[in-house]
Amino acid sequence: MNGPSTKHPYWRQHWLGLMLVVGVLLAVPFVAALGGQAWVRIANFAILYVFLALGLNIVVGYAGLLDLGYVAFYAVGAYCYALLASPHFGIHLPFWVILPCGAALACLFGVLLGAPTLKLRGDYLAIVTLGFGEIIRIFMNNLNAPINITNGAQGITLIDPVRIGDFSFARTSTVFGIAISGPQKYYFLLVALAALVIVVNIRLQNSRIGRAWQAIREDEVAAKACGINTRNIKLLAFAMGASFGGIAGGVFAAMQGFVSPESFSLMESITILAMVVLGGMGHIPGVILGAILLTGLPEALRYGIEPLQKAVFGRMIIDPESLRMLVFGLALVLVMRFRPAGLWPSSLRRRELAEATD
Amino acid sequence: MDTLLQQLINGLTLGAVYALVALGYTMVYGIIGLINFAHGEVVMIGTMVAFTVIVSLAGSGMPPLLILGIGLLVAVVACMVLGWGLERVAYRPLRHAPRLTPLITAIGMSIVLQNIAMIIWGRNYITFPPMIDKQIYEFAGASFTNVQVAIVVLAALVMIGLTYLVQRTRMGMAMRATAQNQHVALLMGVDIDRVIAMAFIIGSALGALAGCMVGSYYEIAHYQMGFMLGLKAFTAAVLGGIGNMAGAMAGGLLLGIIEALGAGYIGDLTGNFLGSHYQDIFAFMVLIVVLMFRPSGLFGERTGDRA
Repeated sequence: MNGPSTKHPYWRQHWLGLMLVVGVLLAVPFVAALGGQAWVRIANFAILYVFLALGLNIVVGYAGLLDLGYVAFYAVGAYCYALLASPHFGIHLPFWVILPCGAALACLFGVLLGAPTLKLRGDYLAIVTLGFGEIIRIFMNNLNAPINITNGAQGITLIDPVRIGDFSFARTSTVFGIAISGPQKYYFLLVALAALVIVVNIRLQNSRIGRAWQAIREDEVAAKACGINTRNIKLLAFAMGASFGGIAGGVFAAMQGFVSPESFSLMESITILAMVVLGGMGHIPGVILGAILLTGLPEALRYGIEPLQKAVFGRMIIDPESLRMLVFGLALVLVMRFRPAGLWPSSLRRRELAEATD
Repeated sequence: MDTLLQQLINGLTLGAVYALVALGYTMVYGIIGLINFAHGEVVMIGTMVAFTVIVSLAGSGMPPLLILGIGLLVAVVACMVLGWGLERVAYRPLRHAPRLTPLITAIGMSIVLQNIAMIIWGRNYITFPPMIDKQIYEFAGASFTNVQVAIVVLAALVMIGLTYLVQRTRMGMAMRATAQNQHVALLMGVDIDRVIAMAFIIGSALGALAGCMVGSYYEIAHYQMGFMLGLKAFTAAVLGGIGNMAGAMAGGLLLGIIEALGAGYIGDLTGNFLGSHYQDIFAFMVLIVVLMFRPSGLFGERTGDRA
């Protein structure tokens, strides 16, 4: 192992920025809590989506496989947690046991879906993954008869929160004299998990596998000719993306205490894909930005539109919920119109220059 | 036996509608390679416009068939304008953008159209006024209505007309040329912009027609109806081989029939383990199975291995 300074000049160059990021990340849950725990929850969702978007980024951004059913793996992870840690079956396994199970199960589903379909061309793959996502959702909606497995559209309630020994994530406790609420604990858990997935993403990007993915994305035939086992490498991208989806699902179930098929609609898949593309496909900071913006924007609109309408027209003219989605849709269209490569795209040129000076 | 025939008839009706919507997807995809996610919403807007026109003319004393015709015409024209506008405003500026960019735009437009529809027509189900006196015919133990006959006949006529347009007219030739190779077509003097706009306009007109058919068949409309319908129709287009018009027609009919048969028989086949609420998974199951064996759809030509 070489020291980080010789292998990663990045850390040395950007230590100030990194410290700043860490500081902000530490401050966010306490600042958000000033506006109420609801804001901490929004921050949690933003990070959960960062996690999901980075997982999908492996599949779409790196390997160039258009996956429109990513939410299926998220659902598998969530239901795995829900079934193994709730009164529904009376099983209460600890969080750290189920999370790998959820990831493994989602990974299995990823391979099951991927193996027969990966020879498909881009858009055919898109519709198959989309169909797969719908199939999973429909099964979750209907697997309550004759044997009640998923409890149908009502979903599963009273899911155990994360608990480490006596330290439960569901209630407020005091650590080093600071009161930390439940959502704030989840915040730190999520940040830790997101940091993990970011590190994995960065390490993958420049690894042999990452380069193989990139080659497949640019030209599959040429990649094959270079001796890359395209089938296995593509399958690996699918499996890896799926496992991250599964982990995110598990955290989601624990955090919400409730899962239902409604949370895993096609719209959710599309939103995650929009985060990846809008931020800048294949570029980690861009994807993070996309995820935070697309989680934050609807929430900001939710709180902004109602008072705005009252101020301008004196009363509510248009249903705020539909106006919120309208603005969301328009934002997608406008960003794509003026920044077709995403808000913060990776600059291939910059990378080439950096490699030349290395 | 009568279940089989009955489900075949229902499937044919549904399939005719799918086929019309699928044509809209496939024409656009064939020419610019874009999955126009907003197409389902165009269909929905068509239904809603027809509904509004019909309701507002209902008290005027005109013959019901004329009212229906006017409603249909207005809806078709409105959707043509909408389709043209979509292409002009949202997709044309992105013609040379990365491949996924227009897809996100299409998704954004779909959200926008859906919510505009919700603001205008509300979030409740709308009862589509029945304009034709429904007559039920019996045939070998199965029954069908004149509405179903009208849907199938009209869809068949439109598809014949479209085939003529694409195979026999100058515009059609330009379309086929553009689909094959945009740059060469441009060199041959084809006005690419016009051809692409035409694909959107024709597709939207077919979509409006399909929307009116769905409206009068189920006698119900909803601002979210376009989503699932569009998804199924897109599935049908892929099933037939996306970009291939005959494939879209065949895929639509096939999907409709498979779905109807599936819904009719799934209970018997699985000993009532799975009920007819699993109807929606048939479309996707069949799609996955077909694509496993024919990766370019049933009628799609083999294309390069480009991901």
